[in-house]
Amino acid sequence: MSEQDEHTPPRRSRDKDEWERTTLAEQLERGGEREVEFSTVSSLPIERLATAEDLGPDWDVERDLGLPGEYPYTRGIHPTMYRGRMWTMRQFAGFGSAAQTNARFKYLLSQGQTGLSTAFDLPTLMGRDSDDEMAEGEVGKEGVAIDTVVDMKRLFDGIPLDKVSTSMTINAPAAVVFCMYLAVAEDQGVSFEKLQGTLQNDILKEYIAQKEWIYPPRPSMRIITDLMAFCTRHVPKWNTISISGYHIREAGSTAVQELAFTLSDGIAYVQAGIDAGIDIDAFAPRLSFFFNSHNDFFEEIAKMRAARRIWARVMRERFGAKQERSWKLRFHTQTAGCSLTAQQPLNNIVRVTVQALAGVLGGTQSLHTDSYDEALALPSDEAVTVALRTQQILAEESGVIHTVDPLAGSYFVENLTNRIEREALDYIERIDSMGGIIAAIERGYPQKEIADASYRYQQQTEDGTKTIVGVNKYVKDDTGKLEILRVDDSVGINQIARLAEVKAKRDSDRLEAALSSLRKAAEGDDNLIPLMLDAVRAHATVGEVCQALVPVFGLYQETSVL
Amino acid sequence: MSEPKLRLLVGKVGLDGHDRGAKIIARAFRDAGFEVIYTGLHQTAEMVVNTAIQEDVDAISLSILSGAHNHLFPKVIRLLEDKGANDIQVFGGGIVPDEDIVTLKKAGVLEVFTPGASMEQIIGWVRSNIRSRRLD
Repeated sequence: MSEQDEHTPPRRSRDKDEWERTTLAEQLERGGEREVEFSTVSSLPIERLATAEDLGPDWDVERDLGLPGEYPYTRGIHPTMYRGRMWTMRQFAGFGSAAQTNARFKYLLSQGQTGLSTAFDLPTLMGRDSDDEMAEGEVGKEGVAIDTVVDMKRLFDGIPLDKVSTSMTINAPAAVVFCMYLAVAEDQGVSFEKLQGTLQNDILKEYIAQKEWIYPPRPSMRIITDLMAFCTRHVPKWNTISISGYHIREAGSTAVQELAFTLSDGIAYVQAGIDAGIDIDAFAPRLSFFFNSHNDFFEEIAKMRAARRIWARVMRERFGAKQERSWKLRFHTQTAGCSLTAQQPLNNIVRVTVQALAGVLGGTQSLHTDSYDEALALPSDEAVTVALRTQQILAEESGVIHTVDPLAGSYFVENLTNRIEREALDYIERIDSMGGIIAAIERGYPQKEIADASYRYQQQTEDGTKTIVGVNKYVKDDTGKLEILRVDDSVGINQIARLAEVKAKRDSDRLEAALSSLRKAAEGDDNLIPLMLDAVRAHATVGEVCQALVPVFGLYQETSVL
Repeated sequence: MSEPKLRLLVGKVGLDGHDRGAKIIARAFRDAGFEVIYTGLHQTAEMVVNTAIQEDVDAISLSILSGAHNHLFPKVIRLLEDKGANDIQVFGGGIVPDEDIVTLKKAGVLEVFTPGASMEQIIGWVRSNIRSRRLD
């Protein structure tokens, strides 16, 4: 104890107001703070101190916070959280040929990964075949190239589909690739009811952020509701849509925008399901979410907690879902690729750790940790291993998993959760008043909001308002050389050769018949999924199935918003 | 003496949908006083070159994050040559490994900016390296 403490009785302020007038005022007189304003990475202003008073008289601990596993799930969707079951460590992987990716899958499974996650190459994501003119130079570069069911069989060779859960990150042609997965299951003798996994299948965020589309929004929604209806009946354990904020954030949105636009997309899918006559409690439990975890630790945690609370209330109060399973927002988290730097790349390991920890404390169900070399190239084996080890260290060494939602009741976290919830609800209301997210997309609203936010952030990093270590502060010239993974052009050449072989061997009459039935069905109201399944069984390519619907559905043309 | 305004085409070529960088740079060029044409997404090399010629731009700035840079940059340069428009300069940015930058520069790409490059740096580079074709 210092001398001064012995002689001055400690002061106790009774409330924040008094504290500001006395203890704080004295301190500020002696010296100001380092900044005039403090804010999150998304520029949300942060106050000096949060107290119980900041939660306000309207905040009700039972109604707004509650307990884990209970409505509105602010504290998590499971009563025991990670004490009961660890999150799924799901590293996104895919490059080159189906055989190369198959080998990476088997490596990851042997290293203790518990679920598979497939990255497809750009041509596949755009519904184009490897021999398409636009595919030149892109085949197998950013993910695995899949043209026909033959590639899909090779991709999952030796991996029993009833034993793993598979996530497939694909959107515009999602239904076609899913049908190929079903066909592989048939081939392995695995019944559809046993299949577990997630299809991203979130077309709305494509128009907003990721920009991999084929048809305009409205016909695209029809394919999605067909898939929801089909899975509800035949593939009940499959997560039909992973409603994704990830790409919205990567495109430069703020945390609030990510949350608001994603939940608005979710609202549109639920409405579409209801309009298609599917029972909400039959399809809603199979919807899941996918959020980004960026650098600002508490902002991310608050976003995830607010997400659960808003969704629970939307599902129960707005849509009248009856089952608890429909109210629970389950989500996957990926650390923020856009936060990684090419400069001093090992620093990214630290960024990823902080972001992953936010995902865990935010209550995620599964997690992908980015590799430290991603701002330079596709991840190397070493970088992928470090990323997975980061999760394993958080899970098995850090101790943060031993109790459920340790941050609950923190004045600051609860206050930030409320604030993000309120701002997201404002956005959702604005979008509702435009006629919903599809109408908003058609007028470029979310696109413009994101473009503005991303430009603002870029300016802030350039004027030094926002620090990026190694980029605008603590800069060093010699970055050192990293071993990077390269996919050479032989992958494309070989893939085109394999495709030619499949095309030469298939029964063209059977193929034509399948494609023409599919086109006819698109003109009417029949569910398209069984017909797509027939087409892929007949070795139709991804491109052929997608093109078959263009005469009926049209092609999307974006009006670019700068 | 007042130089004519620089006219720049910001282009996205191929299937790559990452347009955050392209949009930021288009806006930064505009704010810096250049005339900017943004192609929008999913253009072929032919479409980009045709637009560049029609719009009579001084340079093409390509943004490529798909890993297809070794194909797409040289293709644009080849097409410009074929059409006798090789006085239109080509530069760009994206996730491009250092070794590839060397090869691309040999193929005629004037400069390649990688993640972390600032708008200020890029604009400064444009001011000192791109000249208006309408001067001669």
